[in-house]
Amino acid sequence: MTAFLTRRRIRIINQVCWTVALCVAAIPFVFPFLWMVSSGFKSAAEIFGSPSLVPREWQWRNFIDVFNHQPFARQYFNSLYIAVIVTALTLLVSSLAGYALARMRFAGAALIALLLVTALMIPEEVTIIPNFFLMRWAGLVDTHWPLILLPTFGPQGIMATFLMRQYFLALPRELEDAGKMDGLSRLGVWWRIALPMSRPALAAVAIITFLNSWNLFLEPLIFVSSLDKFTLPLALSNFTDPYGTPLWHLQLAATSLAVVPILVVYIIAQRQIIESFALSGVKG
Amino acid sequence: MADTLPMRDTARREDAPWLTLKMREAMEAWLFISPTLAGFLIFFGGPLIAVVWYSLTEWNLLTQQATFVGLDNYNDALFRNPDFWHVVRNSVIFAVGLVPLNMALALVLALALSGRFAGVVVFRTVFFAPVVTSAVAWAIVWKFLLQGEAGFINQILALVGIDGPNWLREPNWAMAAVIVTRVIKMVGLNMILYIAALQAIPRDYGAAARLEGASGWQIFRWIVWPLLGPTTLVIMVITTIGSFKVFDHIYQMTGGGPENGTLVLAFYIYQQGFQFFDVGYASALAMIMFVIVMVLTIFQLALRRRDT
Repeated sequence: MTAFLTRRRIRIINQVCWTVALCVAAIPFVFPFLWMVSSGFKSAAEIFGSPSLVPREWQWRNFIDVFNHQPFARQYFNSLYIAVIVTALTLLVSSLAGYALARMRFAGAALIALLLVTALMIPEEVTIIPNFFLMRWAGLVDTHWPLILLPTFGPQGIMATFLMRQYFLALPRELEDAGKMDGLSRLGVWWRIALPMSRPALAAVAIITFLNSWNLFLEPLIFVSSLDKFTLPLALSNFTDPYGTPLWHLQLAATSLAVVPILVVYIIAQRQIIESFALSGVKG
Repeated sequence: MADTLPMRDTARREDAPWLTLKMREAMEAWLFISPTLAGFLIFFGGPLIAVVWYSLTEWNLLTQQATFVGLDNYNDALFRNPDFWHVVRNSVIFAVGLVPLNMALALVLALALSGRFAGVVVFRTVFFAPVVTSAVAWAIVWKFLLQGEAGFINQILALVGIDGPNWLREPNWAMAAVIVTRVIKMVGLNMILYIAALQAIPRDYGAAARLEGASGWQIFRWIVWPLLGPTTLVIMVITTIGSFKVFDHIYQMTGGGPENGTLVLAFYIYQQGFQFFDVGYASALAMIMFVIVMVLTIFQLALRRRDT
């Protein structure tokens, strides 16, 4: 080892190399977002012009035209309110079932857990055809009901159930026993003791469920046909001229409007959000 | 919901003295689990049985008539319709391209980002960002970047003198493009699973090996990699099944084309069922998908059991 290459220097050089490599690797992860936003500000003429991240002329009008092309505000609201309902329902249903599976003894518990695990594995494409007929029979096609019911009770909801169960299992029993002594009913124990202690699991379920509903595509595609009932992912693919050619400047402006708020929340709460996904994956 | 549940206080217990404690607990448990169970039966159990029945019928939505035809639909898929094997081939190519690429990249990123150094959180946040983004949005932006002559990627390539292909209009390039953009979208998920596993490995292991004179590669090969085994298997299961389910990404980027070059199984089911209204055939396809996913799952769970 020469005098120049001290151990400290090697470590610094090593670190710099890694950082540079990571920066290069990060390009395809960051760049699409930047390009999406910048192109959303370009005019239809400029959009395929010479590539520049800064638009020559900032065309703010795109963000108004987006709302004139189709009922985009309404579609935005649809996505939002559906995601909120699905999240609330999933929290309720999965924490009830998860609590029963974790804490209560009853015949058939093992069988139910096994059945639910199988449902967890099966892609929704397998059951989507009968579910379509079911919804049609119930008169729920072209309503938002399928977009609420199927995710809540489908694989996503079952995953939430197991996540809750896992978390309840790890909680100390003593507090719940004390609650029972004090005359709390089962429901009371669940609501006043088990749930308040499970905030991290509830947060994880809420985050993943919300995102999943927000990004849902297959179900809206199949069940919804009226423009004013569209959700965002469906609306985004609908910015085309009458011949089906994408109106890129509008499409990218709309996509920015759909993606950027989520990204902002993500950047603020990245720690919590990433941990939620880790929690849900580990139990896999 | 709330008022249908029996309240468990002393007064009520005397109301129903015939209930033993054990029975009461079981009853309450069933009530707790009933919404999930009902949902499971209505939206999963029932449909799964129905799809078996549909798959044995000739049923075109336009004619509104279902006739029992036995295994005809399966025969069609497996022996008569060349499209089917083309689609299976595409699905396998997609999985074989995506899973190793995704896992290798996830592992490398995790190894680089499992320690503590300035900026590590920023990098993790960046690599994970596409995971929280909608697949449709992600696909739209990449479709835009990968346009023919005027697309951004090709303009950049032109600057260094490369004449880029029309990515999404040539079957092989389209498949490659779909795989790579999907990997970029999803690799963050596997990355954080690997990071969690790496951080669970006690530091002493590496330190001890280093004292014995082991190189970085040796530590990875003989200590870290075996300890990551269970995580690697979980990731493999999730990623492989996920790759067979991919739909929105392909729908948006290529629409299954060009020349059906990116038509994968999930897309084929949608196409047959909801565009061509061939319910019987689409249901047979759904059953085949069900079997493939089950076999994959059981196979990988068996591997996992053997290893632990």
